[in-house]
Amino acid sequence: MENRRRITFLLGLPSTYLFVFFLLPLVVMVLFSFREGTIGEARQIFTLRHYADFMANGVYHRLLWRSMLIALTIAAVSVLLAYPLAYFLVFQAGPQRMLMLTLLILPTWTSYLLRIFAWKLILGSSGLLNTLLISLGFFEKASPILIYSRNAVIVTLIYVWFPFVALPIFAALERIDKSLLEAAADLGCKRAEVFFRVTLPLSAPGVVAGFFFCFIPTLGEFVTPLLVGGAQGSMYGNLIQDQFMRALNWPMGSVMSLAMLALMIVMIFIITRFVSLSSLLEM
Amino acid sequence: MRTKVKISTGHLYFLILALLLYAPIFLLVIFSFNNSTQLVFPLKGFTLEWYRQLIQNRELLEAVRTSVLLATGSSIVATFLGTLGAIAITRYDFKAKGIFTGIAAMPLVIPYIILGVSLLILYNTIDIKLSAMAAGAAHVVISLPYALLIVSSRLVGFPNNLEEAAMDLGTSYWGALLRVTLPICSPALVAAFLICFTLSFDEFAIASFLVGTQPTLPVYLYSQLRFPNRLPLVVTLAAILMVVSMVVMFLAEWMRRAGAANTSRR
Repeated sequence: MENRRRITFLLGLPSTYLFVFFLLPLVVMVLFSFREGTIGEARQIFTLRHYADFMANGVYHRLLWRSMLIALTIAAVSVLLAYPLAYFLVFQAGPQRMLMLTLLILPTWTSYLLRIFAWKLILGSSGLLNTLLISLGFFEKASPILIYSRNAVIVTLIYVWFPFVALPIFAALERIDKSLLEAAADLGCKRAEVFFRVTLPLSAPGVVAGFFFCFIPTLGEFVTPLLVGGAQGSMYGNLIQDQFMRALNWPMGSVMSLAMLALMIVMIFIITRFVSLSSLLEM
Repeated sequence: MRTKVKISTGHLYFLILALLLYAPIFLLVIFSFNNSTQLVFPLKGFTLEWYRQLIQNRELLEAVRTSVLLATGSSIVATFLGTLGAIAITRYDFKAKGIFTGIAAMPLVIPYIILGVSLLILYNTIDIKLSAMAAGAAHVVISLPYALLIVSSRLVGFPNNLEEAAMDLGTSYWGALLRVTLPICSPALVAAFLICFTLSFDEFAIASFLVGTQPTLPVYLYSQLRFPNRLPLVVTLAAILMVVSMVVMFLAEWMRRAGAANTSRR
């Protein structure tokens, strides 16, 4: 009884807060998606029009699909970049590995907007790399290799995400009982075999966590495409942002957000089969 | 027996990636001292002119103030709520535990744009004016999982019986929380606060929907990116922000690890 009161007291405030500022807005968004129009009592009519419009519009589906592919690419490449890094830190870097990991993570906590901006300065058409190459006589005129394209979005987001992806992989590799690796070697496994048959399977939860930890936010990305994407690099997130900030068709925007959210929930359901959400942050 | 330090492929790989991560930061710092309005090599000369202009720019200072207040407020609330939650989930077993942790961790895996627009709709529906405060309320939601996890990983390492001992010695449950549990958590509380602060201070996606006419620093910066002649100022500000963020995060990491090291000695 005593315990019950204490739990209620402890959880009361955080639960209420999460309900009001996290769950309630999502519920209101669902209700809003059935509204006729954005503003005014008169537009408060129940309609499925926006859902029908969404279903009928191939452009939306294609953009959602393309954004999924972009996010998949980014997550996959980030894992490929991060795995050897985490592996090196855990098995070869020695006692300094925590410091080295911290060094890698540190810059990712600085404003992401500004780091992208800095890369724009380096890679842009009047950027440092181009001016350098022109002055050295490699190019006649500016070549905006990595700016304003879908590839620019992909490269930028990989850059932003791979250190984060390294975290759960690092944690998973750290947890592996090293004597298992020795045992495998003693039993005649070659180094590659030890890796593929022991290390990799045991670190799989970290890989899955890292992959989704990158994939999910990337799918909703709209800032990077605005900064480096240009006309070709738009993602689904830009579509949503447009509905809210420019077209001012909030019910439509809600439908689009819910479509994405539904996808996410399916994904989250899949992840939690493999790893618990809180293990994403375990270090 | 000491072996010679060998630079392996792994070291090289680490170095290249680290270099890529730090290069833009160094560049921005270098150019913030460069005596030219154009961001090209070769460098022209050393100047503090951009820093002088920066501290005279009212709009910008206003945005800095907004961001500092917002980040401070939202991280205090997030740390407080996170600590309450952490005590509950580490000290008690109850049925709704999984549901609570699940919901609290969800903002980690939901794109910020969805949190932003759903709050935009809510505020609009119940007639709350958009403001920095309105964005701050959302920042609490995204910071809460970090605070919750940092504080609970600290608490897990300490046995319940310290609190029980305090209660046997005559203090009430709440007295024990205040005088035993909180001091135990303090390194984690500082770490959680600093991490939440950085998170909020740099957050752009959600803020861009909710701040209304009170731009936070990232929102203000974004609006300035379009003007080429403001570039040196933006670069200078960026240099300051990045260095400050890194120092703050380094402190947070240090506090967190110091706390964790204490725990593992148990």
